[in-house]
Amino acid sequence: MNADVIIVGSGIIGAACADELARRGLEVLVLDDRRGGATAAGMGHLVALDDNPAELKLSDHSIGRWREWARDMDQGCAYRNNGSLWLAANEQEMAVAEAKLKTLREAGMACELLGAEALRATEPELRDGLPGALKVAGDGILYAPNAARWLLTRGGRRIAERQGRVAAIEADEVRLDDGTRLRAPVVVLANGIHAPELAPDLPIEPKKGHLLITDRYPGRVSHTLIELGYVTSAHNASGPSVACNIQPRPTGQLFIGSSRQFGTSDPAVDGPMLARMLRRAVDYMPGLAKLNGIRAWTGFRAASPDGLPLIGEHPRRPGLWLAVGHEGLGVTTAPGTAELLAAQLFGETPPFAAEPYLPERFLGARDAQRTSIPSEAGR
Amino acid sequence: MSERYDLLIVGAGPAGLAAALAAADSGLAIALIDDNPAPGGQIWRDGPGVRLPARARRQREALARHANITLLSGTRVVACADDRRLLVEDADSGRLIGYRKLLLCTGARELLLPFPGWTLPGVTGAGGLQALIKGGLPVRGERVVIAGSGPLLLASAATAQKAGAQVLRVAEQASHAAVAGFAARLLQWPGKAVQALGLHQPGYRCNARVVAALGSERLEAVLIQRGGRREELPCERLACGFGLVPNTQLGEALGCEVRAGALAVDDLQRTRLAEVFAAGECTGFGGSELSLVEGAIAGHAAVGQTARAEALLPERARWRRFARQLARSFALDPALKDLPRPDTLVCRCEDVPYSALAGHDGWVGAKLASRCGMGACQGRVCGAVAGYLFGWTPTRPRLPLSPARVDTLLCLEETALPSATGEPVE
Repeated sequence: MNADVIIVGSGIIGAACADELARRGLEVLVLDDRRGGATAAGMGHLVALDDNPAELKLSDHSIGRWREWARDMDQGCAYRNNGSLWLAANEQEMAVAEAKLKTLREAGMACELLGAEALRATEPELRDGLPGALKVAGDGILYAPNAARWLLTRGGRRIAERQGRVAAIEADEVRLDDGTRLRAPVVVLANGIHAPELAPDLPIEPKKGHLLITDRYPGRVSHTLIELGYVTSAHNASGPSVACNIQPRPTGQLFIGSSRQFGTSDPAVDGPMLARMLRRAVDYMPGLAKLNGIRAWTGFRAASPDGLPLIGEHPRRPGLWLAVGHEGLGVTTAPGTAELLAAQLFGETPPFAAEPYLPERFLGARDAQRTSIPSEAGR
Repeated sequence: MSERYDLLIVGAGPAGLAAALAAADSGLAIALIDDNPAPGGQIWRDGPGVRLPARARRQREALARHANITLLSGTRVVACADDRRLLVEDADSGRLIGYRKLLLCTGARELLLPFPGWTLPGVTGAGGLQALIKGGLPVRGERVVIAGSGPLLLASAATAQKAGAQVLRVAEQASHAAVAGFAARLLQWPGKAVQALGLHQPGYRCNARVVAALGSERLEAVLIQRGGRREELPCERLACGFGLVPNTQLGEALGCEVRAGALAVDDLQRTRLAEVFAAGECTGFGGSELSLVEGAIAGHAAVGQTARAEALLPERARWRRFARQLARSFALDPALKDLPRPDTLVCRCEDVPYSALAGHDGWVGAKLASRCGMGACQGRVCGAVAGYLFGWTPTRPRLPLSPARVDTLLCLEETALPSATGEPVE
């Protein structure tokens, strides 16, 4: 055996799983082929989403974990607890904000409703006439590539890394495309959109997104700004869509998002789509039009049919564990994902119900008993 | 009707100017885009501190006489769009400009290698110092050291001297034998030999390289190594140039082939895309004479004057031989890769030191971890440096090709998806 666990993918999910399992005493080998994934391309927005109770539980729990970890993270991880503002464009969306306020408060989260005047005072760059916003205080931002690196290195020598592309996984054997064979009793797939290459039955589709970053304009925006239409239009639509999403970086730069497109694997920046996305952002923040954008890029979110990740053992491939399908929420929910996976692997009671995220909901009933590592196996 | 030209030329340096003039008598609608306020490129850069050479003046006058040539100065290309259009931006606004034929004369930029102190105020590129002096920077009475490689060092020294500076030293990294061999062959190019004599420098030393720029708030002295000896020269300015890097970004974004770091072209300066030509230093370093003849060939070929283009091929062959000798004679000594110390900045936009890059195995990983190349210059400087120091290949350029106002990018709302790579010739 080359390790207790082999993790495929060193993005934020693979890194969080490696950290959690190493902390429990396992020897972890992390493989990555450097193709890059959503961790490298995303905004690093730590945001509580509440499309359903399971999504809210996983994101809220995870954001709390990031807040604790932030005390130890290095500068390069660029964590800030700057909060999110959900912008209402009209009275209907204001009603959505109120409903959201109720949901989040019931979950015990700190949030408040800002009226038109309070919103203007908080974010003066926003256009006149917005009726208000919901402020979620616990949300934050970080620089995900370095946060992943921090997770992979903070535990010391229990985590080994190796560059290589996995060609196939058969039982406890992982075969690389150069012919190398590696073995471990547990293999975790944490390679996002590339996971179906190794497990073709996974219902995961790439959802393309665009981002643009501006030059440095410190102090113009303090919260991450998202339109409430994000929930009602962009997030749930099947056709191409855009939503206003503006995030201040610690450098004074602004991230501008977001777009969603299915049915393409072309990584090129799509000019018309980028322009539609920017138009949406300018609608909310008119002064943006005069700022310089210095770089645009795209990435692919690994989307599952119900928007929730798959966390747990593959029901028909004993020893193959899944931590995939996080769509745009992988950075936010990496800590909770790792805890759920570890709890199942060690046969423990998870911190919250694991059922909504089990792969069985797409892959059918389990035909063998779940592989587990007895807790005392941890060294 | 939207703005569209029969021939759109990007870059108004020697190649672009020669191309526009060569194509002018076709009577077709020609436009010349350049991001500087006046045409001329780097070599004929205009400004308050400039007396333009006769040839440059003649070119500009000729340009003005042709009613079918539109000069779009102060205009940058931001993106390739659909339907043979480019998104451009000037000081006021952005717009789409269409073309039937496109000619890339996007030139080259200086390779600025990092060494301790290279980011101190007072240290510039060799071409950069020329541009500053032409732009009106007073250097009278200042002590200047010039270091790096190639004839640009001598040109930079001449500009500084003419502006009243005292050039203490020109430190050429190439060996004495290489430079002497090159100088002997200069006789084959009489124009160049005269130029070289005019550039004669008493402070010229071969096999010499800058080791460090010294100073606290700004440059105070330069440390030069020559063989086993080091000399410390107190001075106000240091100008460094280690050769030129072709500007291939727009060509790459269009889908042109890049070979050995330059845009690949055939005999008639055509790229692999039927409608796109390239000429001058974006197709490889060769000096202004080569750029002029390449530009003229491309200009004729782009408007269908093939015989006139072909008539210029022998002259181009002659200047290409010169370019090859230049490249051989001034090849960079690999020891230059050892100049940076661990704390020497490589990316000055994002303050990324050499040590933050050295452990990585590629540009993408290094960039993600360190933010190298993520600043305002978008890797134009440090990307080329990383290519030289570590052999890394930067990623293919994406839009925006240069920083652009968000409202300029909004013009792309009206466009359709570009066909990814245009139409290859074969």
